Amino acid sequence: MDMFSALAEPTRRNILEMLAKNGPLSATDIYDQFPASHPAISQHLKVLRETNLVRVEKRAQQRMYSINPETMSELEQWVKQMTQLWNERFDALDKVLEAEKKKLEQSQ
Amino acid sequence: MTSSNNTLTLTLPSDREIVITRIFDAPRELVFKVWTNPQLIPQWWGPKSSTTTVDKMDVRPGGVWRFVEHEPDGSEYAFNGVYHEIVPPERIVSTFEYEGMPGHVSVETVTFEEHEGKTKMTSHALFQSIEDRDGILKSGMEEGAAETWSRFEELLKSM
Repeated sequence: MDMFSALAEPTRRNILEMLAKNGPLSATDIYDQFPASHPAISQHLKVLRETNLVRVEKRAQQRMYSINPETMSELEQWVKQMTQLWNERFDALDKVLEAEKKKLEQSQ
Repeated sequence: MTSSNNTLTLTLPSDREIVITRIFDAPRELVFKVWTNPQLIPQWWGPKSSTTTVDKMDVRPGGVWRFVEHEPDGSEYAFNGVYHEIVPPERIVSTFEYEGMPGHVSVETVTFEEHEGKTKMTSHALFQSIEDRDGILKSGMEEGAAETWSRFEELLKSM
């Protein structure tokens, strides 16, 4: 599964949002936040690990989950590219508007 | 030239909505005219890398629009919809569908407000479901994706 498919699932996105807001959380902390069964959440955590969206650190008896900043910066890069597309569209529209304004001024 | 106050903003008021605003340095009559002129669409609607052709653009309630993006590698991406409300120079309500994902139709309301000779454009897109928005996200090629990611960007900034 790729990063984007992993993120298209609402529960997995919620888990990431939780980690982004709160910092590292144990698997138990994460289970407690969702009505779904432990195995279901565990499966989501597995997908997040396999797509490198989160990383796991063993601390005493607990597995602590946190956002993987490297993958997130890849995503951020992607956001920038998508925003760039919109900006390109509207910058092009600015130019069309300028040209049309000039035409109007000349015709007056 | 683009000045800094012409910055695009993207917000997500709910799981099914996307709102984009942008200010244009022109009166709204002109912005509306350009926005709805089929001859001018190829000059701004698509990404720089592709050529946009207007197959249909019948700007009246019930009228159909269909634009095709032609990529340099020969691939084509088509988008279509129906106009529901046309209120010059204030408001356009239409549907949006990417033909690569048929049946996933969103409703887009574009409003134009004029302030001191400039026009604030607000585009409000409403999806049928969060899954539809996620479907768009998955395809990774449609503009809707940018907004979902902007939420992550905000979260990243707050970390």
